[in-house]
Amino acid sequence: MAVVHSAPKFASNDGVIAELSESISVWLISAQEKHGEIIFTVQRDAIEDVLRILRDDHKYQQMMEIAGADYPERAERFEVVYMLLSLTKNHRIMVKCSTDESTPVPTVTTLWPNAGWLEREVFDMYGVTFAGNKDLRRILTDYGFEGHPFRKDFPMTGYTELRYSEEEKRVVYEPVELPQDMRTFDFLSPWEGSDYVLPGDEKAEGAPDADKPKVTEEPADTDAGEEAEELAAHGTEAVPPNMVEVEITGDDIVDEDGKGAA
Amino acid sequence: MTMQIEESPTTDGEVISNYTINFGPQHPAAHGVLRMVMELDGEVIERIDPHIGLLHRGTEKLIEQKTYLQALPYFDRLDYCSPLCQEHSYVLAIEKLLNLEVPERAQFLRVLFAELTRISNHMLNMGAHVLDVGAFTPNLWIMDLREDCMNFFERASGARMHSAWFRPGGVHQDVPEKLLVDIGDWLDNRFFQLFDDAMSLVMDNRIFKQRNVDIAVVSRDDAVAWGFSGPMIRAAGIPWDLRKSQPYDVYDRMEFDIPVGTNSDCYDRFMVRVQEIRESAKIIKQCIAQMPSGPIASDDGKVSPPKRGEMKQSMESLIHHFKLYTEGFHVPEGEVYVATESPKGEFGVYLVSDGSNKPYRCKIRPTAFSHLQAMDFMSKGHMLPDATAILGAIDVVFGECDR
Repeated sequence: MAVVHSAPKFASNDGVIAELSESISVWLISAQEKHGEIIFTVQRDAIEDVLRILRDDHKYQQMMEIAGADYPERAERFEVVYMLLSLTKNHRIMVKCSTDESTPVPTVTTLWPNAGWLEREVFDMYGVTFAGNKDLRRILTDYGFEGHPFRKDFPMTGYTELRYSEEEKRVVYEPVELPQDMRTFDFLSPWEGSDYVLPGDEKAEGAPDADKPKVTEEPADTDAGEEAEELAAHGTEAVPPNMVEVEITGDDIVDEDGKGAA
Repeated sequence: MTMQIEESPTTDGEVISNYTINFGPQHPAAHGVLRMVMELDGEVIERIDPHIGLLHRGTEKLIEQKTYLQALPYFDRLDYCSPLCQEHSYVLAIEKLLNLEVPERAQFLRVLFAELTRISNHMLNMGAHVLDVGAFTPNLWIMDLREDCMNFFERASGARMHSAWFRPGGVHQDVPEKLLVDIGDWLDNRFFQLFDDAMSLVMDNRIFKQRNVDIAVVSRDDAVAWGFSGPMIRAAGIPWDLRKSQPYDVYDRMEFDIPVGTNSDCYDRFMVRVQEIRESAKIIKQCIAQMPSGPIASDDGKVSPPKRGEMKQSMESLIHHFKLYTEGFHVPEGEVYVATESPKGEFGVYLVSDGSNKPYRCKIRPTAFSHLQAMDFMSKGHMLPDATAILGAIDVVFGECDR
């Protein structure tokens, strides 16, 4: 496909995969080029060796970024993506490895000093640990924060909220209370995009038989449930049982022509 | 923490230990909410531990819940000193995933306004920097120029700061010709008079030099290893500018030079910015001179909205408009890392798409992260007041650093 976009153009990707794959082939899981980006997926335990080879032998001098990403459906749910930049070759590549909640990734602070904060951020946001990082504190979240907010299963609203309490003269932390529901709009077209059950569609399971007419001869036929039947039988505060049955006397009967029976 | 306890010859045998102070989080020279835990030996900085994150809003998480277009205004609010340059990275990332062609006029307009943003950003940073080291007047003068830039943004987009004007496929609205004329006029007749006046007070000022020259010298190797970018790496003598080396939009048609420093100190960082402003002005003038006429947004109806007039005539346009502003557009599966030269350095967006109408993951690479991290090694051995000069020369904005 011809490139028509005007995003930054760096040096050509031709032959880069072949060249780099050869020197890191022992640890390489896959290499791909898509959308003009070269991505190497490598074994987690070898990430430091791979990046050292790329830095020292292939002139990717700068590590611009480490990004975490969460794919909860995978066995190893987290991805750690390293963005490398070569100032001399004017080229960018991405190297990634995957891990889970408990397995640490080897640190690359030994190669680039700025990896320290970047790894701290991935740890803070996703809970990925980095073996060998001597200063793996939280970095962006509050002091004493619990949980890892960028995981896909962490709610957007969080769990605690804080406010200044006039009574206690300090900032107090409380569980989140939403005055209205969190607004998430789903505009995906139900004909093409969505792969979930639309609200109401779940009732289509075990739908009533169209051939058998629905009757409510017995209380059980109403499907209102036992509790509702109980209430109907004994009455509630709003509807006492004695109001349910009304005795009709002769005086109240009105003929069709509008005159009383008497 | 290691405490050094030593017998000092000057205090007559009395024991003096290092002490720790808090710089910030509410400090006028902290450029926002930065807390630095400083370990001092007298007035000499032994160690700095910057605590960031006091402005963390979880922008990246919020973006995951928004459509691509709804997520755009968040970028204005990252580095609120140079909003349009942040949008630039984001729209280019989307366009790269979509492989979307942008009309020429839109590319020129984007470059023009990105450079205007650079000027307004540097006006604020340089003003704050000289204010931090004790000068008052230049800040007032160049803040006036920043105000002019804001007025231009307002005339183009309706908003002074949070423009949300760059859109995937082009820009939101065309600019009136009068605006381009006025920007050219402003550069010719007003900008440089005021700017040169203000700089004449600073550049050769003895106090300013005493506070900045030879402060926080960073070697070339260190600058590369710490992931420096923008004026910070250029001040170290490395002519690295993404506008030149990895051109985007129409930067490859612009003629401009990359200023580099020789000494890699705070004074060089300041002077690189001064020179960059002159280069930005050159680019703006070239943009105005070469500005073609034509559409300002992609003609792909699936990505950019139809014109108002068309919507009244064509059912298809109406449907496109409705779908774009409810469902948004779908972006093909894949991941890209797109970085542009923001006024502060490399501002990158790592965008992962799962093929739906919302980004699966949007990681923002702030410029300040690497620079602020180097604060510790840059300040070691300097005096306490130098910390503000170093911080000023880094050009941090916490909206972007903390996201």
